[in-house]
Amino acid sequence: MAALPLYAQLINLLAALLLLLAFAMLAQRRVRSLIDLFAAQGLALSVSTAIVAFGTHQQHLYWSAGLTLFLKVLLLPWLLHRLIAKLDVKWDVEGLINVPTTMLIGIVLVVFSFNLALPIAQLASTVTRATLGIAMASVMLSFLMMITRRKAIPQVVGFLSMENGLFFAATSATYGMPLVVELGIALDVLVGMLILGVFFFQIREQFDSLDLKHMEKLKEGE
Amino acid sequence: MTLTGFLSQLLQLAIALLLAPLLMGWVNQCRAWLSNRSAPSLLLPYRMIRKLFMKDAVVAEHASPIFRATPYIVFGAMCCAAAIVPSLATDLPFARAADTIALVGLFALARVFIALAAMDIGTAFGSLGARREMFVGFLAEPALLMVLFTASLISGSTSLPTIVETFAHREIAIYPSLAFAGVAFTMVSLAENARIPVDNPATHLELTMIHEAMILEYSARHLALIEWASALKLFNYSCIGLALFFPFGIAVGAADWLAILGAAPALIAKLAAGGFALALIETLSAKMRIFRAPEFLGTAFLLAVLAMLVNLLLGS
Repeated sequence: MAALPLYAQLINLLAALLLLLAFAMLAQRRVRSLIDLFAAQGLALSVSTAIVAFGTHQQHLYWSAGLTLFLKVLLLPWLLHRLIAKLDVKWDVEGLINVPTTMLIGIVLVVFSFNLALPIAQLASTVTRATLGIAMASVMLSFLMMITRRKAIPQVVGFLSMENGLFFAATSATYGMPLVVELGIALDVLVGMLILGVFFFQIREQFDSLDLKHMEKLKEGE
Repeated sequence: MTLTGFLSQLLQLAIALLLAPLLMGWVNQCRAWLSNRSAPSLLLPYRMIRKLFMKDAVVAEHASPIFRATPYIVFGAMCCAAAIVPSLATDLPFARAADTIALVGLFALARVFIALAAMDIGTAFGSLGARREMFVGFLAEPALLMVLFTASLISGSTSLPTIVETFAHREIAIYPSLAFAGVAFTMVSLAENARIPVDNPATHLELTMIHEAMILEYSARHLALIEWASALKLFNYSCIGLALFFPFGIAVGAADWLAILGAAPALIAKLAAGGFALALIETLSAKMRIFRAPEFLGTAFLLAVLAMLVNLLLGS
């Protein structure tokens, strides 16, 4: 086994942690704990970006690590918590499929994305290329979470954690995107979150619940 | 087979047999301390086994030979397992006969017989306990196998002594896969040893029992053997965990006597720490409903599979 430098080992550890947190989010039933897990995922992402920055001397990655820390660990969870308090939701998250089945589908997705990432990772020359599979897996798991959840807030958290996965993929495959692009995405996510927050209120006003199955009907009174 | 190997094999087996009740007593004592009760004596399990051996056995009228044979089979299986798992030294002549898969098979053998014996008498609680035990067992076993496979993938062998030797010799590196496997192994051990999130070893309420419900009909020497065997099982699981995740201090290779004798205090210290951790987990968690067990063990399986996949992907 080729001995990796310590920082690469730490990145591998954090990547594994990221995957674990994605699964934990998939299994989590409570909305508030879901948001805490999302914050933890953001923290793992931020720390791993900082370590990549330290290991490869890419100054701009420090900025994106800081941006991740501020946006995904502090601001977005705070916004979501406030939103939940305002909407006064305390229900448990309902899934369309029960938790063990979701987990098994998740494992299949992980195997799929690991296989998919293997040839791509061969092309990359970065130290962190092996973690590309994990990044893709966490994107897939977030997708799965958006599909299997019925309520609006967990779906939004799934969307945000998908962005985490994409960000991690960018860091592991090419040492991150240019700072301008990252700033743009961060702003997009923030604005998207704010707009979705307004949407929540609208949805609830219209249907008296945040269950998205009401939105499948096109007309009223069917 | 060298003489030293033979002797270290015997020594290890003797230590397992002697220390297993002590470990049980230590866990009970820690549990009592943590829940602010006055602790029972550390030697209580020994006294109980001695008391039970001196009593006359009462066997149900319709008991078949399976019922009588089961305590001996279970105890024998646990002794075999104790001989395979390297707790003091890796130079174990007997361990070459069986690898980790056979080890899981030994645990399964014990489980099958104890479940058969529980159903043999035909009491309601016995068959209830047996069904629950099989229910937990069939979920825990694949997770345990996956954990062992992860360790085998890293070391390139399914034989426990070889795994321990590889792990003890490797350079210090962070293995995310082993961290996952460790958590999965802890969860499986809790379920397999009838510990709190899955089963309560101290319960007196038959309806919530799993392990205890199966052995309700046993008395005297049979019960003593089964109690001793469950203590051995806990000891074996602790030693597997220590061997896989904390292989420091075990005498590696064709060791001399000094190394083996030096391994004993290390083993006791590690077991004491492990027992305290077990008591801590048990005190901090509440018993789950039996139908939450699939979720608990499913998570363990998931973690073990993730450990293997991460190991394949990252090579660490």
